[in-house]
Amino acid sequence: MSEQNEQFEPVIVGFTCNWCSYRAADLAGTARVKYPPNVRLIRLMCSGRLDPTFVLQALAAGADGVLITGCHPGECHYLEQNYKAMRRFRLLQRTLAQLGVEPGRVQLVWASAAEGVRLAHEIERVVEEVRALGPLNWSGSPAPRRPSWITEAIGEAEPGAVAIEVEVGA
Amino acid sequence: MNGATNQASSLSGNGKRPRIGVYVCHCGSNIAGTVDVAEVREWAEKRLDRSGVVVARDYKFMCSSLGQELIEKDIKDLALDRVVVAACSPHLHESTFRTACRRAGLNPYLCELASIREQVSWVHSDKVAATDKAKAVLSGAVERVARNEPLEPQHVPVNPATMVVGGGIAGIQAALEIADAGYHVYLVERDPSIGGHMAQFDKTFPTLDCAACILTPRMVSAGTHPNITLLTWSEVEKVDGYVGSFSVTVRKKARYVKTALCTGCGVCQEKCPKKVIDEVYEAGLGYRKAIFTPFPQAVPKYPVLDRSNCTYFQRGKCKACEKFCPTGAIDFEQQDEVVTLEVGNIVLATGYDLFDPRRVTQYGYGRLANVFSSLEFERLTNSAGPTHGEIVLRDGVTKPSTVGIVHCVGSRDRNFNNYCSAICCMQSLKFAHLVKERTGATVYNFYIDMRTPAKAYDEFYQRVLEEGTLFVRGKVAEVTDAARLAGENGKLIIQVEDTLAGKQRRIPVDMVVLSAALEPRHDAADVAKRFGISCSHDGWFIEKHPKLDPVATMTEGIFIAGCVTGPKDIPATVAQGAAAAARVLGHIQRREIALEPIRASVIEERCSGCRICNDLCPFNAITYIEERAVTEINPALCQGCGTCVAACPAGAIAGTGFSNEQILAQIDGLLLRNLEVPAAEPALV
Repeated sequence: MSEQNEQFEPVIVGFTCNWCSYRAADLAGTARVKYPPNVRLIRLMCSGRLDPTFVLQALAAGADGVLITGCHPGECHYLEQNYKAMRRFRLLQRTLAQLGVEPGRVQLVWASAAEGVRLAHEIERVVEEVRALGPLNWSGSPAPRRPSWITEAIGEAEPGAVAIEVEVGA
Repeated sequence: MNGATNQASSLSGNGKRPRIGVYVCHCGSNIAGTVDVAEVREWAEKRLDRSGVVVARDYKFMCSSLGQELIEKDIKDLALDRVVVAACSPHLHESTFRTACRRAGLNPYLCELASIREQVSWVHSDKVAATDKAKAVLSGAVERVARNEPLEPQHVPVNPATMVVGGGIAGIQAALEIADAGYHVYLVERDPSIGGHMAQFDKTFPTLDCAACILTPRMVSAGTHPNITLLTWSEVEKVDGYVGSFSVTVRKKARYVKTALCTGCGVCQEKCPKKVIDEVYEAGLGYRKAIFTPFPQAVPKYPVLDRSNCTYFQRGKCKACEKFCPTGAIDFEQQDEVVTLEVGNIVLATGYDLFDPRRVTQYGYGRLANVFSSLEFERLTNSAGPTHGEIVLRDGVTKPSTVGIVHCVGSRDRNFNNYCSAICCMQSLKFAHLVKERTGATVYNFYIDMRTPAKAYDEFYQRVLEEGTLFVRGKVAEVTDAARLAGENGKLIIQVEDTLAGKQRRIPVDMVVLSAALEPRHDAADVAKRFGISCSHDGWFIEKHPKLDPVATMTEGIFIAGCVTGPKDIPATVAQGAAAAARVLGHIQRREIALEPIRASVIEERCSGCRICNDLCPFNAITYIEERAVTEINPALCQGCGTCVAACPAGAIAGTGFSNEQILAQIDGLLLRNLEVPAAEPALV
């Protein structure tokens, strides 16, 4: 790890499953297990809900890494949807590699509702690995997604298109 | 798309800017101790105004009635149409704040919680970093809530029939409570009779009531109750549906006995020539026949023919039972029957397995004849057991003059189970008392810690102390028959460190009883999966909340009671059985239950009929409509996982409650992209 990277505080977006890993995060909290504050979590109902676009969007919008979490294989609340998440994850890894994104930036971790301590340790590990990789600086990232009342007001068809003028008032 | 969604898209589609109220909770010092709450509030008010935040407040306890009134008042006075509460996990207080919004006339689904306690203040110690993260988490929630749609929960009727799985004391109690309230119960039991482990015991601590005397009346009530259908020798194969209308497939294994004709006279058991070691009920210490009822008080009274041990099934002739049956009830042609039962709620009370003490090889169980497991000892002391209650060695005649009882075999042991099995101390004290009472032998109890926390338990411990039982504090290292010292010949020697005296001891005894741990059923993980609930890392079923919701699970309509959630004594097990029944009755009496409106739906005009989603749904909610060449989702079957939403290449599946728009906006919010002003866009003043 370069000295520069040691100073670097990565931002990581984490996707959690409502039934297991989100509860593991709750449990880590209740048990006051400490982990680095670099991960910001989003709750989905299931890891199967994870559209790979979400990962790309997170990286494009400034995240240095993405943590995908779900129930252990065989323990999915929806029977088998975590297997679908796993398939998409493998495919996404290949796509990201072609785009030049290191595989360590996007990681998949299984954590059951009882594994608060484990989730905290995994978060710590992922943060350190992404920190070692340094900032992603994914250039050419699109403009921020603006709410529809703004995009419609400025007639913006796609997020990222150039806005001409805007008047936003209450 | 349903009506609610249309209404919502028109709401945000007309370019109307939302009016969001942000409420940051101190939670006493739980949040405020680590996060600068005032700074977060101020930041939200100043920096998130472009996202629609019109008011931000902080308060000591948002969940208090004053905190809730604050929100309600703002909704009315400031015409808020969205609310974000930055506080604890949504799993704790989401419903509190959503209900507050509803009271103020706001659709509850327009309220979001940002978890800045479990995910921020409790897990981070750096105040600056924690405050920054709290801002980001709040910003994500604000962006998300701006895209929330008003939703209405789906109301489903509740079938008043209930299924109770497991016919031990927990299941019997639950079934009786529900049946007594006037509703039908299907009580499913894997073994030939209900009764469970309790039916194997002789005495129950600390009162020393006879287990059979208190259990059998309950078993009979369950067996004869007009509202209870007993399905013994049966197993649940499949569970479909959801709370209110489960459809459960049960395999009724062939008994080879026509229950309509059988009188339970027992002649078949008498005449059956085949003796089988009874590994289940008699814990391997006694025999049963190939056609048998496990014990005389079995409910139901009908025997079961064990095909794998039956001479007729194995060799083609015998049929002694058929010849002697006075009512012609034996039927060798009987087949398994698979029935589907419709129920509204399910109680799982499938109990525990006993730890196999063979696994602690140094204690010699299975190798040294006079080392007994706790269940074997229960059968030895039981007057209906193989020795008619005589406490004797494995030879069947010799009374022991010294007995060693070892606590914590397989529990509180890192090699096996970390947890305390809760009942072993009291069980071992009971054993000590029974040995004293019946044989007058010298009794040693080897314990790590004495745990006697419930009503009248410690008094029982004092009583056993006064009776002269010797207590050695220390974990037994080894049980061996290798005599080294005088007086050890022919004895079992217990090697133990007496931690109170600070001495190694070798104590010769005639009999060793191992108080084995309670473990989750060997198939607990499969059962959990079948019913859609989860197990903790040690295999016990997980409660919805370990303290405040101990008999509910994360799956609506599935309740758990007794040792399935962890080791318990009989009073606690019975209390849980009754508690689960109360929860079920609550559902039944409401007649209908509101389901979370988190569902997928197909936007037909966008669906190309590619059928990629068709194979993704494990609940068969997705069907392809040939005539219109589009896919359709059945909202009653959809469980809301969102896998199809993520898979649709055309974006034609809307995931209500977790839409792409909501999640993408939350990502931007978390990364504070909402604060950036695009270059071409004039800065706002």
